[in-house]
Amino acid sequence: MKIRSMAAILAATVVLPFAAANATDLEVTHWWTSGGEAAAVAELAKAFDATGNKWVDGAIAGSGGTARPIMVSRITGGDPMGATQFNHGRQAEELVEAGLMRDLTDVATKEKWKEIIKPASLLDSCTIDGKIYCAPVNIHSWQWLWLSNAAFEKAGVAVPKNWDEFVAAGPALEKAGIVPLAVGGQPWQAAGAFDVLMVAIAGKDTYYKVFKDKDEDVAAGAEIAKVFKAADDARRMSKGTNVQDWNQATNMVITGKAGGQIMGDWAQGEFALAGQTAGKDYTCLPGLGVNEVISTGGDAFYFPLLKDEEKSKAQEVLASTLLAPATQVAFNLKKGSLPVRGDVDLAAANDCMKKGLDILAKGNVIEGTDQLLSADSQKQKEDLFSEFFANPSMTPEDAQKRFADIIASAE
Amino acid sequence: MTGQAHTGRPSKLLRNLSSKIASIPMMLTAVVIFLGGTVWTVVYSFTNSKLLPRAKFVGLDQYERLWDAPRWIVSIQNLAIYGIFTLIFSLVIGFLLAALMDQKIRFENTFRTIFLYPFALSFIVTGLVWQWILNPEFGVQSVVRSLGWESFTFDPLYNSDIVIYGVLIAGLWQGTGLVMCLLLAGLRGIDEDIWKAARVDGIPMWKTYLFIVIPMMRPVFITTLVIIASGIVKVYDLVVAQTSGGPGISSEVPAKYVYDYMFQAQNLGQGFAASTMMLVTVAIIIVPWAYLEFGGRKRG
Repeated sequence: MKIRSMAAILAATVVLPFAAANATDLEVTHWWTSGGEAAAVAELAKAFDATGNKWVDGAIAGSGGTARPIMVSRITGGDPMGATQFNHGRQAEELVEAGLMRDLTDVATKEKWKEIIKPASLLDSCTIDGKIYCAPVNIHSWQWLWLSNAAFEKAGVAVPKNWDEFVAAGPALEKAGIVPLAVGGQPWQAAGAFDVLMVAIAGKDTYYKVFKDKDEDVAAGAEIAKVFKAADDARRMSKGTNVQDWNQATNMVITGKAGGQIMGDWAQGEFALAGQTAGKDYTCLPGLGVNEVISTGGDAFYFPLLKDEEKSKAQEVLASTLLAPATQVAFNLKKGSLPVRGDVDLAAANDCMKKGLDILAKGNVIEGTDQLLSADSQKQKEDLFSEFFANPSMTPEDAQKRFADIIASAE
Repeated sequence: MTGQAHTGRPSKLLRNLSSKIASIPMMLTAVVIFLGGTVWTVVYSFTNSKLLPRAKFVGLDQYERLWDAPRWIVSIQNLAIYGIFTLIFSLVIGFLLAALMDQKIRFENTFRTIFLYPFALSFIVTGLVWQWILNPEFGVQSVVRSLGWESFTFDPLYNSDIVIYGVLIAGLWQGTGLVMCLLLAGLRGIDEDIWKAARVDGIPMWKTYLFIVIPMMRPVFITTLVIIASGIVKVYDLVVAQTSGGPGISSEVPAKYVYDYMFQAQNLGQGFAASTMMLVTVAIIIVPWAYLEFGGRKRG
């Protein structure tokens, strides 16, 4: 009896996948789990389901740092999903080199990705040895300062227009019992905030000299010393944040418990979800109001090489769905990010997104650190800045010295 | 094994045979996975493997970088603090509890259950529970403040200097019950006659414990020591759940360094070097134990 029922169950598990093969299930893993992000990813799922296939959601909670190891080990361990999110750039570089990822060049040529995707650097980041391995879905820029209008009103100071005014308003905010700058405890937040300060204060050229040319003399020089000075201010102003996740920190700004937050434009999804209006309830300053440049990193979907032909076909469908104009608009409006194609109409975009689109149109763009540095160097940087922001006794000079060492050893 | 026992084959030869067959997979696992995996890890720690292992040898580079990394140094210091205090406190508190339990008290079963209960929780749950208890806005601090002590401050998890002690409290809460149980079993193994003899000689109770009973419990203590020590070296989930290494890097531990560098930083070589250093630490603990335990038995 037992054996027979066991056999039946076993047989069922074998038969099921064949039976379901008509409408192809494609598991898609990603780390979009905050409220605004989940709303955005639902748009992608809807668009893919409309093609007659089925989006099987594989959300992994706990931000990219937690999710990426799981994704990588599933791909290297021989249990690949149908498609997976990565920040395009160098995160999936070695997986591609090891031949584990699928070449999308055919789909890309057919759909003329080279012409529609703007800026072109996005597709360049997906390209290794002339072949295209990922489908970019959005442009995310880090260089934003989000300010709570209510918090500044409570403190009795005008909403700042740039970083210096913000630093000057710090004491008034503190007096009103408000944390001036919310910086969550996850290491990537501190490291990201520093990169933003670097572009805003030291400028684009210095940024490239440090992160692209890996020039350690520049990293140890006077320009970067100014950036560390600003990071020191930021550290002082972030005291008392006491939250971990970025969306909790954003929530402090939404509720007026914090004056501002340096965070990428994905924070905008949270403001939207809380029903706040740009310009009225919150203010955004691209490039910290100093240097209006945005980085064009972002999210992309990579497709592991699968043996199943049905699924491989579904992968192609998904890739073209992701870049379809309708999907791009619906997804990016919810996500708060910018679309990867220049030819879609974003009339419904709010003030902050329009600012971003303007900067993009002017071409004031830089490559993000994910595209320039290896995961290893990024991790070392995270270690350094999470220590720096948590430990007031670490001097900016010491931190700069260690920063220069990391740059010197970067590949 | 138990299944075999139930079907009840009395023949000694057959039972031995099946247990021998049954242990073949375990022996293979031990040799191939544990030993083989260990050797493989050590070998690859001398390479510059990134996301995928590559046999490109770079000598001691990974180790030099490891010992230059402030985060690794902090991890080692934290492990030392956590380790020493866990050993001392869990043995002292565990033994005191066991000794109290041994006084033929009422409701011993109830107390034993209560003290052992935390051990049934995983480190993740323990970490989360203590994260809430030690959170200044919800936990101990706010309770004491609401009782009237307005300036009372107790926020170990948000203070870089003492955060590791916050982790230590949670670790002790979780692990002391087990130590108590092990030592209580040891105490029960002491012959009643020894107590009677001590009482006849008029030796006070504390002296009996200190000079007669504890030396007699040496094997139990050594076992307990090894169990605690291995728990210390591998501490990871508790820190992840409670502080995720923060604030900054001030509650990092070696096991977390290994994981973060192997998977987040996609630098296998660095992670392997760190795990090899952990292996050395374990060897430092195991070798003296093996010497005491097995070397001692031969002499006795």
